[in-house]
Amino acid sequence: MLLTLSTTDRSTNSPKMEHIVIIGNGISGITTARHIRKLSDHKITVISAETDHFFSRTALMYIYMGHMKYEHTKPYEDWFWKENRIDLKRGFVESVNTAQKSLQFADGSSMNYDKLVLATGSKPNKFGWPGQDLDGVQGLYSKQDLDALEVNAPNNKVCQRAVIVGGGLIGIELAEMLSTRGIPVTFLVREESFWNGVLPSGESAMINRHIVSHHIDLRLGSNLREILADENGRARAVVIDETGEELACDLVGLTAGVSPNIDFLKDSGIELGRGIKVNRLLETSAKDVYAIGDCAEQREAIGNRRPIEAVWYTGRMMGETLAQTLCGNPTEYKPGHWFNSAKFFDIEYQTYGWVFSDRNKADHEQHFHWAHEDDTKCITVAYHKDSRLFLGINTFGIRMRHEVFDRWLTEGRDVDYVMSHLKQANFDPEFFAHFENNINQAFAAQLQTA
Amino acid sequence: MSRVDKSMSLAGGPPVAMKTGQKVGTLLGLFGLGILTLATFNVSLPNQGLWLALALLSIGGGILVYSKSLYKDTLPGIKNHGVWLKSVSSRGFWAWVAGIALTGFYIVLYFFAELLGQGSGGAENTGLIGLFDPLSYALKGQPASQWFVYGTLYTLAILAFGIKFIWKYRHNSYEKIRTGSVMFFQTVFAFLIPEIMARLNGDLPYYDLKNVWPLNYYLFDQWNVDGLLINGSFGLTLLIWGIASILVITPILTYRYGKRWYCSWVCGCGGLAETAGDSFRQLSDKSRSAWRVERWVVHSVLVFAVVTTTGVIHSYLGDGSQYWFSRGTFLIAVGVVLTLLFGLIWKYKRHELKKDARYGAIGYLVIILALIGLHFSAASDNLLIFQTHEVRSTYGFLIGSVFSGVIGTGFYPIFGNRVWCRMGCPMAAILGLQQRLFSKFRITTNGGQCISCGNCSTYCEMGIDVRAYAQKGANIVRASCVGCGICSAVCPRGVLKLENTDTQGRINSNDVLLGNDVDLMDLVNQR
Ligand SMILES: Cc1cc2nc3c(=O)[nH]c(=O)nc-3n(C[C@H](O)[C@H](O)[C@H](O)COP(=O)(O)OP(=O)(O)OC[C@H]3O[C@@H](n4cnc5c(N)ncnc54)[C@H](O)[C@@H]3O)c2cc1C
Ligand code: SF4
Ligand code: SF4
Repeated sequence: MLLTLSTTDRSTNSPKMEHIVIIGNGISGITTARHIRKLSDHKITVISAETDHFFSRTALMYIYMGHMKYEHTKPYEDWFWKENRIDLKRGFVESVNTAQKSLQFADGSSMNYDKLVLATGSKPNKFGWPGQDLDGVQGLYSKQDLDALEVNAPNNKVCQRAVIVGGGLIGIELAEMLSTRGIPVTFLVREESFWNGVLPSGESAMINRHIVSHHIDLRLGSNLREILADENGRARAVVIDETGEELACDLVGLTAGVSPNIDFLKDSGIELGRGIKVNRLLETSAKDVYAIGDCAEQREAIGNRRPIEAVWYTGRMMGETLAQTLCGNPTEYKPGHWFNSAKFFDIEYQTYGWVFSDRNKADHEQHFHWAHEDDTKCITVAYHKDSRLFLGINTFGIRMRHEVFDRWLTEGRDVDYVMSHLKQANFDPEFFAHFENNINQAFAAQLQTA
Repeated sequence: MSRVDKSMSLAGGPPVAMKTGQKVGTLLGLFGLGILTLATFNVSLPNQGLWLALALLSIGGGILVYSKSLYKDTLPGIKNHGVWLKSVSSRGFWAWVAGIALTGFYIVLYFFAELLGQGSGGAENTGLIGLFDPLSYALKGQPASQWFVYGTLYTLAILAFGIKFIWKYRHNSYEKIRTGSVMFFQTVFAFLIPEIMARLNGDLPYYDLKNVWPLNYYLFDQWNVDGLLINGSFGLTLLIWGIASILVITPILTYRYGKRWYCSWVCGCGGLAETAGDSFRQLSDKSRSAWRVERWVVHSVLVFAVVTTTGVIHSYLGDGSQYWFSRGTFLIAVGVVLTLLFGLIWKYKRHELKKDARYGAIGYLVIILALIGLHFSAASDNLLIFQTHEVRSTYGFLIGSVFSGVIGTGFYPIFGNRVWCRMGCPMAAILGLQQRLFSKFRITTNGGQCISCGNCSTYCEMGIDVRAYAQKGANIVRASCVGCGICSAVCPRGVLKLENTDTQGRINSNDVLLGNDVDLMDLVNQR
């Protein structure tokens, strides 16, 4: 681990020392705490009901697959917190009293705050399916979920088939996880093609094929009707809505998206929507209470972004921003160009700027799609039909540079410039085959036919 | 996880259980090892050449059969399933068995070669070493020695496990080419050329051309230098090659490509670590305390190497009639070179060095200079306060044998595959200083894409906490990085790229990462 955070450059030190309490030790809460410590001497307490220390939620799958142990997923060593005077408290906050500025814990104790940061993350969606609370039915979000999975599906003898409901990023991770233990997986995806609410059709179709090549029983256009119980109240089978087919299974993974984890705030008087309503300063309706990360809901969406952005990066960015505000330098949350990434089994995916799915794209958004014949690499470039302004890129199986696309988006480059400079954006390891020439030939051919 | 015992719950299932092919491969390999064991215990094997061939083919073939079975039904991609669930790769029971067996082998090899059948005083080889005689005669026309046996097995391991590695990383050209390179250098430079040179010219000491001082710590020993010099201009060329390697070739290549050109493309120790040791890379210690220990230990070894080599050369130089230098000139030359070196680093790179590195550099410079000065005043045949040859043999024992062999390789399954390279190799220390201070090499971080998952840090064999840099958008510029490229390979978000480009902006660090408000980035990151 690297250096201790320095407290010497307190450019924006506020005079009074305050007690800043952060509920949630995920990426958003921890980023806030680290930055407050860099900027000030405020007393900082981070509360979590989940784990003693910050760990990387995005790495949960690697623990089950045996790539890492839980310890490896902690981004900071345990000494870090004490050395940087960030107090950690394990406990579940049952309610918040904004008038008295106090928190009540499940164990009956309480704590006062001067400023409160809500960074409570998400919980898996459950859509009222019959049987959704049976044993052997679970989501994949928390460390506890992972522990449960280790009980429900330790190997392919205890778990002879798993059914996953919901074709998103967590669903496909769960499918990969289970398949590494030789557990047959049936993957129910509501859409006609995997994640096609986000991905353009060419990409989505490629991922469909890739999922199948990993021996996953992919069922597109399939919904869950109900989960059936055995005599012990454990899930024994699911029924598929469209066909009425009954599928025997030992585990049902519910991965149909997440929603903000805010039930404990119901009576707090803080204004809630689907998430905790915040303005651009990340302030909630209650004085000295802020919300960031997965649980925050912007009153007005920012640009093309959704009001609730449940991704790692936005949690971090909100944390970086809020720390400024809390240390006397009020700063609006102004995220830059959109970017994201994921991995579908063996295929890496990165996106910069906006590329919308066929379903969601506007009329002016034109796509250029290139696919490699090995069916593991493709890109889609989005641009404005008339002005030819470059809007964004999705890239699969080819790594590209964030910094270069961010710059091109800021400079307002047109698609022709981007295509002819694509080499500059390549981020694949040395000696990897390059495809810019093929891509540009295909692009030129498309222009001629268009 | 407290309620379930992982190893039990997983028993018999993937990814831990072995497939049939893996079992066959294991048995085949054990059969080959069994022959070698029988030979060690002097079970007489008629037609040694045949049995030797059978043994080597079984070991190599076993490894290949095992690997084929492991990877054949998989799609190209990262193959770390079950690494921390399997006993052998997670410091479990089998790891200890393997560690103890390997360590035992090294102890016998280094200190009790007669147990392996080394014939002494003109007696014929017996046992294991005797078994290797036919191959040794075929290659160099001399009987085998313990080092010949070791060299053969070592090369076999690099070749067979190298093929396994290439299978494992078949989607990654960098890994494939790099592994091809270490396999080539081991086979040709460390194994074939020296043996063939010995055949052509019996007096020439074993010389692995790619083994650079100070890794080759006996390069400047009197017996070696004399051995080279009596071979006339050819030997002299080799000696000059040895000096040029460290003073000219190494700095240039390290400037252009980083220390990886040596440590993970050429070096034999690195070659074994990358191939046979690959299954253990995740065991390296990433804690801050390990890093502190590492910096002190490896740089102390370097100082020790410089001091002993100086001492050794000094002790046989005499007054200048036998070689070209006299002792006095030599010591003064060493002192001047070191002072110049430190002076330059101090002048240009002071601000880039962490405080303790600076203290270390100053401290050691003072020690070396003081000790050399001491020698002048005492004007005795000793270097410093010790007898030179004692210092020298202590070095050979501690660093050459115990550290590089017994701990370095024997403990692969416990401490990881690069303990020696990280803590004990003086060559790595020199290259590391060059890489940190004067090189175009770095690992670039891809903007704000890191999700702090930890794969990179976990699989860094050098124990570098790669994530600590990646998650703050900083490039990785570390003395110890051997450029194996695995952090980049295992990163699920495409965040890391090994590159040689401009030295401008090579060392950076961002508090606010790319993707956030531009004004905020400017405000916070400019200092
Ligand atoms: C399996 C998985 C994979 C993912 N992969 C990616 C990815 O690849 N890329 C990406 O961008 N995003 C990914 N995400 C999403 C990303 O992890 C989240 O957006 C991010 O972790 C949210 O961070 P947060 O700080 O807002 O909340 P969290 O990390 O959820 O932290 C909130 C914490 O607050 C605690 N808490 C909540 N309420 C209380 C209470 N009342 N009292 C005490 N403690 C409380 C919770 O227990 C939790 O520990 C993934 C998510 C999952 C589950
Ligand atoms: S930092 Fe990366 S390239 Fe360097 S030694 Fe570690 S894993 Fe290898
Ligand atoms: S492996 Fe990649 S994403 Fe994970 S911590 Fe390392 S750099 Fe970040």
